[in-house]
Amino acid sequence: MQQHQYDVIIVGAGGAGMRAALESSKRTRTAVLTKLYPTRSHTGAAQGGMCAALANVEEDNWEWHTFDTVKGGDFLVDQDAAEVMCREAVDAVLDLEKMGLPFNRTAEGKIDQRFFGGHTRNHGEAVVRRSCFAADRTGHMILQTLYQQCIKQNVEFFNEYYVLDLLMTDGKASGVVAYELATGELHVFSAKSVIFASGGFGKVFRTTSNAHTLTGDGMGIVWRKGLPLEDMEFFQFHPTGLAGLGVLLSEAARGEGGILRNKDNERFMERYAPTVKDLAPRDMVARAMANEVREGRGCGPDGAYVMLDLTHLEPAHIDAKLPDITEFARTYLGVEPYTEQIPVFPTAHYAMGGIPTNIKGEALANNEDVIPGLYAAGEVACVSVHGANRLGTNSLLDINVFGRRAGIAAAEYAATASFEELPANPEAYVVELVEGLRNSTGQERIAAIRADLQATMDLNAQVYRTEGSLKQALVDIAALKERFKNVAVQDKGKRFNTDLLEAVELGFLLDLAEVLVVSALERKESRGGHFREDYDKRDDVNFMRHTMAYREVDADGNETIRLDYKPVVQTRYKPMERKY
Amino acid sequence: MDVKVKILRYNPEVVDEAEWKTYSVTLQPTDRVLDALHKVKWEQDGTLTFRRSCAHGVCGSDAMRINGRNRLACKTLIKDLNPEKEITVEPIKGLPVLKDLVVDMEPFFDAYRSVMPFLVTSGHEPTRERIQSQADRDRFDDTTKCILCAACTTSCPVFWSDGQYFGPQAIVGAHRFIFDSRDEGTEQRLEILNDKEGVWRCRTTFNCTDACPRGIEVTKAIQEVKRALIFRRV
Repeated sequence: MQQHQYDVIIVGAGGAGMRAALESSKRTRTAVLTKLYPTRSHTGAAQGGMCAALANVEEDNWEWHTFDTVKGGDFLVDQDAAEVMCREAVDAVLDLEKMGLPFNRTAEGKIDQRFFGGHTRNHGEAVVRRSCFAADRTGHMILQTLYQQCIKQNVEFFNEYYVLDLLMTDGKASGVVAYELATGELHVFSAKSVIFASGGFGKVFRTTSNAHTLTGDGMGIVWRKGLPLEDMEFFQFHPTGLAGLGVLLSEAARGEGGILRNKDNERFMERYAPTVKDLAPRDMVARAMANEVREGRGCGPDGAYVMLDLTHLEPAHIDAKLPDITEFARTYLGVEPYTEQIPVFPTAHYAMGGIPTNIKGEALANNEDVIPGLYAAGEVACVSVHGANRLGTNSLLDINVFGRRAGIAAAEYAATASFEELPANPEAYVVELVEGLRNSTGQERIAAIRADLQATMDLNAQVYRTEGSLKQALVDIAALKERFKNVAVQDKGKRFNTDLLEAVELGFLLDLAEVLVVSALERKESRGGHFREDYDKRDDVNFMRHTMAYREVDADGNETIRLDYKPVVQTRYKPMERKY
Repeated sequence: MDVKVKILRYNPEVVDEAEWKTYSVTLQPTDRVLDALHKVKWEQDGTLTFRRSCAHGVCGSDAMRINGRNRLACKTLIKDLNPEKEITVEPIKGLPVLKDLVVDMEPFFDAYRSVMPFLVTSGHEPTRERIQSQADRDRFDDTTKCILCAACTTSCPVFWSDGQYFGPQAIVGAHRFIFDSRDEGTEQRLEILNDKEGVWRCRTTFNCTDACPRGIEVTKAIQEVKRALIFRRV
């Protein structure tokens, strides 16, 4: 076992982690631990853009952006946080440009902007061009640009180090324990501040736009420490995944004029959102698509999907603005988007919930108290700027604004705090976890348990949910957790043991799926990405509140999930019916 | 359909030499080679080791040599590989193999980091964005697409025989800034690439261009950098 000491440890090297690292590393001694190489992070898969009211192409302001964010999130957004994000959005985009990000340009050479779902002028009057973009590879450019700046600034990375435990001393964060993939060796990092920026957990679902590696490790680690997770029932299903595969086709396709059609070739979104049509927020579009399919208007031999139509767009326009996603359609479905419609269906995309934080990125131990030294930013966190449904582009914005804020706050805290003494045998939990799995004599295949988990989540906890379906999911998850006790790890070696790590990741997925379902079961209303067929209206009287889930272990070692609630911060905007 | 996948296996904890192993897997023609590898790992042999993440060709984790050509496993469909015959999968060449299809990426990233792959500017920062015409932006568009997968560098015969050579990717990484109208680091970057292990080692075999899963015209980019060096202007 090796020991290290840094003022600030950042877990994850996607957009949020590297944005935090750029701030923290210029103030204090910082290390970034990532289970991948930084440029492999899933920020790179984001496509359409990053919204900011630059007003480069038409009138706009951050207050309109705030309103859209709050309304898009079905009023579960903490409005103080949304204000911060939308106000700082302008500088966040300009900062990236100054770092070298190659944005598309207007005729005057300014950053170009385009339409995106749910982003409107003057509180819903009409759609507005607010998304700053680099073709349909904005996330790729952000990830590359931030990595390039990290190279320039000599940020220290520990690549392919899996953080598997958070160390706490007297209620404060004091370090992490990491597993080095190349050698199987454990490393104990002592730190004054720890920032989780480790992304989401989309792999609880089968149909997902998420990478194989998005297994919710950061949320899972915090969860096992008895710290809360907020609003885990809210998961976004992106409308346009490639049918059957889930590979993401950016909302920019509709921002550039693409249209969704059913088997009658009808532009069905006109019925669901008469004003903004195909550019309604994602939860509404995803439900509309699922509804078309359920009511027998789906396309294909089984009527299982709808079509994204780009055929009326000029091929040159498609090549300039949507080159990657059209290539995905060609590569994976053999469809030529110039002349053919593309089969699409909703795909699990984004966790609105996560580790609760305040607007400085400080993680919360309950509704009020911060955990000294612990921070979270990006998809792993819940500030909450996305409420019940995130607007498109606001995730790239979130990672930049709150990644920066968490990096500054963590470094400032480290400047005055001292290193806490680590608990005795700090690596004990990880040794038990890893060696327990490695030495297991069970017969259950990791992939089989994971596939069954994903199947029940897709069937029972997706776009449409009921009490019955969620209860079924809970029964299934409980059975899978039993099977997981007999999981087989075939690779017994130390070197690059990805078999072992897949088992660890599956453990996190099982935990988080259960939190999602338990939280969803108790939210007896429909709001944003959480739609209950048995309670199909939003219920502000009983449920205008965040869910706070806690893991509790009784004296006999039995685990239960306790739910509590946290009020929503409302400043300017009173809840209203959500029409588009 | 039943497909035979022949994989070059190597685990220095267990054996001294790499050896080929063949696996039978049932696949759809539209499945990816990555699906085949996953089927082997998940259903037959959990010790098979490879890197992967996004599974749709944007993260750059899973470059490997498939039927003798560098490709991304997640972007190569079975039906495009003549699956009646055995499909061969081996690690990319020229970087030390650590286990199965996993190679040591550090020399590759070292080369990238050495060409100053970041925007260099001087003077006061503007309050708003730097102005750049779309034409100037388009000038370096091709090389911004790079995902650092190493398919180009590890397809280059010069790199195979001389590991000191920067390799195509590092030149692509430099090109992206050399031809960016906002950048002021061109002179320094060109000097780095003028090194004896720099652009002049390129023998224009076009392997890199063929290998690039992002369709970047790598050889063209290298030629543009050579021309910039000769004429000292971009």
